[in-house]
Amino acid sequence: MELLKFDMSRCDLCGQCIEKCPFGALQMEKSGITANEKCRMCSVCVKTCPQRAIRFEQVARSVDKDQWKGILVYAEQENGTIHPVVYELIGEARKLAAKVGYDVNCVMVGGAGTKENAEKLLPYGVKEVFVYEHPGFEGFKADCYSDAVADCVSTIKPSVVLIGATACGRSMAPRLSTRFHTGLTADCTELRMKDNTDLVQVRPAFGGNIMAQIIISDSRPQFATVRYKVMDKAKKVSNPTGKVTICNATELMVRSGISIVERAVITRTKSIEEEDVLVVAGRGVKTAKDVEMVRELAALLGGQLCFTRPMVENGFGDAAHQIGLSGRTVKPKLIITCGVSGAVQFTACMNTAQTIVAINTDPEAQIFRIAHYRIVDDLYQVVPELIARIKAAKEAE
Amino acid sequence: MKIIVCMKQVPLSSKVEIDEETGNLKRMGAATRTNPFDLFALECALRIREQLGGTVTVLTMGPEQAESMIRDAYMMGADDAVILSDRKFAGSDVLATSYTLSQGIRMLGGADLIICGRQTTDGDTAQIGPAIAEHLHLPHAAWVNEITDVSSTHIQVRQDLASVFQISEMAYPCLITVDKDICVPRLPSYRRKVEAAMKPIRTVSCQDLPDPDMTRFGLVGSPTTVERIFPPPTGAGNITLEGTAIEKASQLFDLLAAAKYF
Repeated sequence: MELLKFDMSRCDLCGQCIEKCPFGALQMEKSGITANEKCRMCSVCVKTCPQRAIRFEQVARSVDKDQWKGILVYAEQENGTIHPVVYELIGEARKLAAKVGYDVNCVMVGGAGTKENAEKLLPYGVKEVFVYEHPGFEGFKADCYSDAVADCVSTIKPSVVLIGATACGRSMAPRLSTRFHTGLTADCTELRMKDNTDLVQVRPAFGGNIMAQIIISDSRPQFATVRYKVMDKAKKVSNPTGKVTICNATELMVRSGISIVERAVITRTKSIEEEDVLVVAGRGVKTAKDVEMVRELAALLGGQLCFTRPMVENGFGDAAHQIGLSGRTVKPKLIITCGVSGAVQFTACMNTAQTIVAINTDPEAQIFRIAHYRIVDDLYQVVPELIARIKAAKEAE
Repeated sequence: MKIIVCMKQVPLSSKVEIDEETGNLKRMGAATRTNPFDLFALECALRIREQLGGTVTVLTMGPEQAESMIRDAYMMGADDAVILSDRKFAGSDVLATSYTLSQGIRMLGGADLIICGRQTTDGDTAQIGPAIAEHLHLPHAAWVNEITDVSSTHIQVRQDLASVFQISEMAYPCLITVDKDICVPRLPSYRRKVEAAMKPIRTVSCQDLPDPDMTRFGLVGSPTTVERIFPPPTGAGNITLEGTAIEKASQLFDLLAAAKYF
């Protein structure tokens, strides 16, 4: 496996790369500078070279699959805590790993507190968490985060690397797959492990109009990103045996072409068009107090409360939360209508929602014509029960 | 200031046909448009040029029909353009596409700033920009929704990282991928139409690239293989929940729990 490539037309044999290489992997030979097997792809020489004459290379399709084993999950941290997608990736990784007898390991990169977070992953059945902690990893710098993860990948040689399809994950994953000259599939919605350790990756394309089933049959590792809330969260194991391993995060590893000037949490107020979940109160919801009950359901589902036109006219809500021809058009993943009759002016502006649940006492209500799940019953009985069940489930977590 | 903007011509409609034999998408004959995200990239480049001077070069990989997109880019004000077009590029995945584009950038002698749209509307991966940066060993900032400062030596951008924003600064050369909120792309100028029609477009095949290693282009250079393409599962059913109100609430609870709404 050839890892580094020297552009001899640019190299002026200054020798700085040899001097800087922390692993002593470079040497001057008659043919120019060459790398030996000690190379860990730390990228120090690539960054050091004043002539930009050094590149990472790896000949595609020359991989011995048996050398790449196990599943590595990139455990992203967000504002000092572990991003919830990580637990889902571990859950999926364990299922895939069980099929072919692999282990599941994690890699974490970050500033102070990363090691403490790493400990939190062990109860979920992870064998080893590799930690790269350094003040230089504060914030997100795609280049040096990639260097750290690449160091881990080249050390433990995983067959599969799973990365959350978050803003940071999607920014880093392509750098890694490119560096290892291998494949990356974005936003997988389904993963399956073949007996020969090829990972079957299914993802939507063309705005979800087509599903593509993709494999990476002749190269390793197999990189995939997966969105949050797609896979099932890992369950804790009864007697965790994993450990945290501190890796050497060198000064050179944190050297980045990016300097962070400012970083702050965004407080976002989403418009109803941007929400994934909407709960609608129609005229079946009688009083302001009842509106608050429906609002509580919306909040528990992480969404917003919306209204039909009569409800807005009666002062229960504002125009920014009105669905219909005289209000907004929405296309959420889930919409639950409570006491909504379903006039065409309303349904025309929400009937493309992925899942429509309608609660109404009138079995003839127009809303039931477009609903995917019909609940012909009293919302004053169904909604409080649903709220109680969700609350109980959240407390049990 | 030398700026390269990577652009792509995408199908106008997201309803596309599939080649049953190869499992690849059929692109021929379908109506096309410029990937909308790339218009924001071009607009950003033009604004930086207006501020600092320099050139804006459009780089695209695709069939020769991409010329119509280039003419539009010229009408918006791009200085020159290169189409990387070769049948050997067909079937490229992220690795091969980003490699080919990075070769195009090397052929152009590099750039101070490379700007890409955040993603295309056909592939939807948002991976090409960072992958090009990796091929060229450049730092990159993705999800840029504001250029907070730009000078002849560095650029400072605001990145939207979902729960946080980050203002990052990079010295040239570097790459950014821009979001759609970053600016309003100008309309093509009909005053420039005649000029744009005359302007040359360089079409480059794989032999003209600096490192024409045939194993790295197109289907051959693509580690991912599309095994099959199929229509997405149809949406939710048309189901009436039965039982008492409590039982119905319980069924709805199970449905919502299975879909991870809480």
